[in-house]
Amino acid sequence: MADPMRIRASMQGDKVEVKVLMAHDMETGLRKDPDGKLVPAHFIRNVGVTHGGRTVLSAQWGTSISRNPFMHFRFKGGKPGDKVTITWVDNKGDTRTDEAVISAGG
Amino acid sequence: MRRARVIVFAAAVAATAAMPGCATQPPGDDAGARARAEEVFRQSFTRGNRQMAARVEQQDEVQKLCSAWRNQPPKDVAEKIEQAQMATIQYPASGKLMGDWRQGEKIAQDGYGLRFTDPDPKRANGGNCYNCHRISKQELSYGTIGPSLYQFGKLRGADEAVQKYVYGKIFNPQAFLACSNMPRFGHNGVLTEEQMAHLVALLLDPDSPVNK
Amino acid sequence: MGLPRLLIAGLLALLPLAAAAQDSTQKEIERYRQMLAEGNPADLFEARGEELWKTKRGPKNASLEQCDLGLGAGVVKGAYARLPRWFADTDRVQDLESRLVTCMTTLQGYTVDEAMKNPFSSPDRKSDMEALASYVAGQSRGMKLDVPIVHPKEREAFAIGEQLFYRRAGPYDFACASCHGENGRRIRLQELPKLTDPKDAQKIFTTWPAYRVSQGTVRTMEHRLYDCYWQMRHPQIDYTSDAAIDLMVFMAKYANGGEIAAPGLKR
Repeated sequence: MADPMRIRASMQGDKVEVKVLMAHDMETGLRKDPDGKLVPAHFIRNVGVTHGGRTVLSAQWGTSISRNPFMHFRFKGGKPGDKVTITWVDNKGDTRTDEAVISAGG
Repeated sequence: MRRARVIVFAAAVAATAAMPGCATQPPGDDAGARARAEEVFRQSFTRGNRQMAARVEQQDEVQKLCSAWRNQPPKDVAEKIEQAQMATIQYPASGKLMGDWRQGEKIAQDGYGLRFTDPDPKRANGGNCYNCHRISKQELSYGTIGPSLYQFGKLRGADEAVQKYVYGKIFNPQAFLACSNMPRFGHNGVLTEEQMAHLVALLLDPDSPVNK
Repeated sequence: MGLPRLLIAGLLALLPLAAAAQDSTQKEIERYRQMLAEGNPADLFEARGEELWKTKRGPKNASLEQCDLGLGAGVVKGAYARLPRWFADTDRVQDLESRLVTCMTTLQGYTVDEAMKNPFSSPDRKSDMEALASYVAGQSRGMKLDVPIVHPKEREAFAIGEQLFYRRAGPYDFACASCHGENGRRIRLQELPKLTDPKDAQKIFTTWPAYRVSQGTVRTMEHRLYDCYWQMRHPQIDYTSDAAIDLMVFMAKYANGGEIAAPGLKR
């Protein structure tokens, strides 16, 4: 199981501001290891963010996203105390889901 | 009476020593610290490339002097350095000091060579010029460790005297400025004659983007 | 003749434009850095480092929780602010990584070779040292750098570091001072601090270790020196060598008083 995501969710006015840092190697498949062999591609393909059962963000990533991706976005309709759930699935079928509670913000 | 004369003599020596332009003690020369530092240096580069270690363990005269004076040698030391370094400059036997500015631009952009990760002996060293200098107008990713060279030829022309100066400066910058930060590309065997001639063209050729 | 004066006035008018162009590039780079700072992948390394600190490992099956980083066994908070320093048990001036090696051998039973075998991550092999350094440094976040240069061996380390800082050698005739000896310079687009000027040193020295985006991992001051010597056309400096630690003590003298903002974020 991959390392956990670090998620911060807080109110900014009437929107929820989410910052998420994901731990993933994001190999492009073009890099050669010290022995000269190509390192197979290993990258996050899909990201989904849900709140109250509703999808608030959906993303399709590729090999141009660099290692340990960081994402920052806002959505409407959340309030302090609610949960935000983030899931990623990579090209090998590995997946990781983490959640955070929305704070009152600053 | 003898004591008074000795005191006067000592004062005179001290006064001479304090005069600017006279060789006094370099700042980096306290109580054997330099010798002890050499020993520490020797013992701290033991597990990597041994050939490179042998080279950096030996400082030549100029490197030793400029280290001790922290690149600010007094006038008499500086003049001696510049004279000695000027004597090392070798111009191409063909007499051709200007090459192809297009090659020069490639050499100026290229940082390859002489690092412990650069194993290919067949690939030529780069000049690394953009690391420190602004050169053409188009290249915005330039350094400011050295002065801007933009419009170099436009401002000075490209007659033989200027060509000799530019070639000589690249070959051994310390011939013109003792303890200059700039590497002695020719003297230290970093760049070949042809490469340095291409760089002269980059700076002086009226068609070079440097002079547009 | 009015023309020369007009020419001079025209040239002078262009100067602030040139300066403004420089400023706006700097401002944009700063804005980009601010954006990135809100999501520093070094957070991931701090978390992993804390886990490694508390996990029982090695032949002695012990954690690092009794490691003395200078403020007493197990005291991590504030320790990084006072490193490097002299240690009585080894009678040596040690930096953070050197001290981690000491604790990995004495507490966990690793050999020195085992402890030092993977100092710097590659994409194929993560280094524990970078994670541990991130954790320990993060525990001094916000504190003032206060490296002691008092014990005779600390003062000797400073004197040696000073000599090494100005030592010109190799095919490029480079010393540390070649790039770090003047204010307001940059190499390509990377600004260079004048390391003997507290105004620069206090702001920059205190941002190490840092996540380096170009390297895809956290890098420490040991790696910074290794990387500098690489560019200076020198060979590999030994990990936790006296030369590396002495240079850190030299730099710390000018950086002392600066606020620790580590682990930082850099290109």
